[in-house]
Amino acid sequence: MEHKTCFHCGLDSQSNSITFDDKIFCCNGCKTVYEIFSINDLNCYYDLQEAPGATPKEIEGKYDFLDTKKIIEKLLDFNDNNTQIVTLYIPHIHCSSCIWILENLNKLQAEIGASVVNFGNKTVRITFNSENYTLKSLVTMLSSIGYEPYISLEDFETGKKQIDRSLIYKLGVAGFAFGNVMFLSFPEYFQVEGFWLEQYKPVFRWLMFTFSLPVVLYSAQDYFISAYKGLRSKILNIDVPIVLGVLVLFIRSTAEIIFDLGTGFFDSLTGLIFFLLVGKFFQKKTYAFLSFERDYKSYFPIGITRITSEGIEESVQVYDIKKGDRLIIRNEELIPVDCILIKGHARIDYSFVTGESEAVSKQSGDKLFAGGKQLDGIIEIDVLKSVEQSYLTQLWSNDVFKTDKENAFTSLTNSISKHFTIAILLIAFIATSFWLMTDSTKALNVFTAVLIIACPCAIALSAPFTFGNLLRILGKKKFYLKNAVVIEQLAKIDTMIFDKTGTITANKETTISYDGTVLNENEERLLKNTLRGSNHPLSRTLYNLLNKNDIITLDHYQEHIGEGIEANYKTEHIKVGSAQFVGYKAEISNLNTTVHISTNADYKGKFTFYNAYRKGLSTLFNSLKTDYDLAILSGDNAGEKENLTKLLPGKTKLLFNQKPEDKLEYIKYHQSEGAKVLMVGDGLNDAGALAQSDVGIAISENVNVFSPACDAILDASKFNQLYSYIKASKSAIKIIKWSFVLSFLYNVVGLYFAVTGQLAPVIAAILMPLSSISIVVFTTIATNYIGRHLE
Amino acid sequence: MSVIYVLLAISIIIAVAFFIAFVFAVKKGQYDDSYTPSVRMLFEDELVKENSNKQIITNKD
Repeated sequence: MEHKTCFHCGLDSQSNSITFDDKIFCCNGCKTVYEIFSINDLNCYYDLQEAPGATPKEIEGKYDFLDTKKIIEKLLDFNDNNTQIVTLYIPHIHCSSCIWILENLNKLQAEIGASVVNFGNKTVRITFNSENYTLKSLVTMLSSIGYEPYISLEDFETGKKQIDRSLIYKLGVAGFAFGNVMFLSFPEYFQVEGFWLEQYKPVFRWLMFTFSLPVVLYSAQDYFISAYKGLRSKILNIDVPIVLGVLVLFIRSTAEIIFDLGTGFFDSLTGLIFFLLVGKFFQKKTYAFLSFERDYKSYFPIGITRITSEGIEESVQVYDIKKGDRLIIRNEELIPVDCILIKGHARIDYSFVTGESEAVSKQSGDKLFAGGKQLDGIIEIDVLKSVEQSYLTQLWSNDVFKTDKENAFTSLTNSISKHFTIAILLIAFIATSFWLMTDSTKALNVFTAVLIIACPCAIALSAPFTFGNLLRILGKKKFYLKNAVVIEQLAKIDTMIFDKTGTITANKETTISYDGTVLNENEERLLKNTLRGSNHPLSRTLYNLLNKNDIITLDHYQEHIGEGIEANYKTEHIKVGSAQFVGYKAEISNLNTTVHISTNADYKGKFTFYNAYRKGLSTLFNSLKTDYDLAILSGDNAGEKENLTKLLPGKTKLLFNQKPEDKLEYIKYHQSEGAKVLMVGDGLNDAGALAQSDVGIAISENVNVFSPACDAILDASKFNQLYSYIKASKSAIKIIKWSFVLSFLYNVVGLYFAVTGQLAPVIAAILMPLSSISIVVFTTIATNYIGRHLE
Repeated sequence: MSVIYVLLAISIIIAVAFFIAFVFAVKKGQYDDSYTPSVRMLFEDELVKENSNKQIITNKD
């Protein structure tokens, strides 16, 4: 068969294709987008990238909340007279075509002025004329061309974000001063004696002093603050010897030029801070389009439809929902509060909250919990609790979410720094007392020289460059880490805990097995055609699995919600659904999801749905079992227990029916026994466990959709590589240790000059950049070597 | 003799001018997004084609 894919979105368009303009489309939605673009002469969209689009989704009524003035005001960046500016987050932005089409929106809509895409953040900033165009029509228009913006409760709360650019400024100031000071101190490096140089020396020196002032006072600010904080909590962190070095450098240099003793070390001083800031900048690789801090707010909608007592539908802000309100939840909408179902068929997908993979059907009068997603048409609900008091949102009031993991962790650099600082101070004092006895004029000189040369620039640089580089390498392999500290913590892990649904199982895949009497050809055709009419997810999965059959028109078809379907074709009658529904009595209790079949009141058999586990699961667990304690915590029932015991190594602990709090407590318990726990999860139900663990990794089938707050996000396709990534982080620690050795060697050489009292500025000026640069080169080459060995 | 002062003054003024330019560039957000501009500059050719006609059909959708 010829392979056909949609011209617009690139999806398989084998089953029902639409041909338009000699191009194949998978659905009408895609075709419409193509039409819009071709009418407006925007066909370049398809030239830049093959099949760049997304199918527009049904959004009827979804953005009604954008009629509310209060909400609009919160979302807009700028609003004056007729000009409004808004920044929208669009998850679909992924290629150059996206940038192109979004920056040419004014071709589609005359009211839109400029639109600027930030590819890294996946945002577009749109300026439009609000005279006869609204934010709602803009969002609707974007959705209609497949670029649906994501607007959540989080946008409402944070409002306008301030971008922190202080590091760039500090780096700029330090670089500027470093360059100029180097340039000014050049004549004195060569110690040219002569009248000319002697005459201008003071000018050069005071200029250098002026240049170094903003570096010490502004660029080095963070180091002073961090060292002060460290000392106050009685910790000798790496910033303490750095600050010591900086202060001594500055004071001694200033004293030297005041008393005309020498040039001072302003070149080394500015260079040191510049290199340190470069390291900081390099380490600060962030994945702006991923958020590691998400809580329920990024999942929740901003507005929801409320029915007033007069029966009028109005849009209301989620925080304004009060107990007793009547709300409308549309298809695919999230229920924001605990409530009671009043009207309509509720089929709620709680996978966000509980990890349970199956959607549950509810009757009117049943209680519904916040976080569930309605899958089947419109329902009406009565509110029981406000947003903050709902069951799901209460999880976030747990203390785990308030503690900062990064601060509680003593990094390798800081633990070395403690011994380092003490050793340096010892050497300084011993050398000084030696010189006090032999030649007291040199004593002060030696004391300061030791502190200057020992300033741990190279040590402070080795971790940022190693981690920064590994962070980038892992990012390319689709393993996105929140920050560099995660690599260190990852290397220390000894216990691994996995969630089941969505983590070790693939979300979209199930394996189905049939047992019972074999169906004949007619029955199979009838079954296939019966399933064709149903929208139930189990029917869809089963339908896709069965062989192709002719399409026949059924004489009678009826779907019984929550029970099954029955259909008639000529003389044949078929029932598909639960055991009770088809009239099968023998079934006692089966924890697995099953679909039973009977034809002409004759029981045939059942299809059992098993979770499909991710590729390489067994191999991964077997390679992990020697070094790590393994456990699986599942929110699901124990239906898969047998299957899992077969797949996984014997010592893996399996725990089922775990509530979010149970998972959190389980991890807490193991931590109290000294274990370093890695949690791998996917849903909101794991959020507590991910926050409690030492390293929380969220597995995601599509990194653009949302994953709960965590330390790292791993693309699901790379799940089987988890072990090699952990090994890579262990090697990174080894690299850092080696670069420590290297920088100690430099320090020994430098200390020789310092202790013997012959440290000239030029030696410091050579040794300091040399050690820093060689450390950077060493760590970069070494991490790239590790990176090349990763899959 | 005092030409050295003139030279120093010039060199520092130039350096400071560049530094101010840098500060302005950061302030205006030029360092916020380092990827998109590299793609955007390749679009020029397609845009020229756009300017030709078709203003009337625009409001159709």
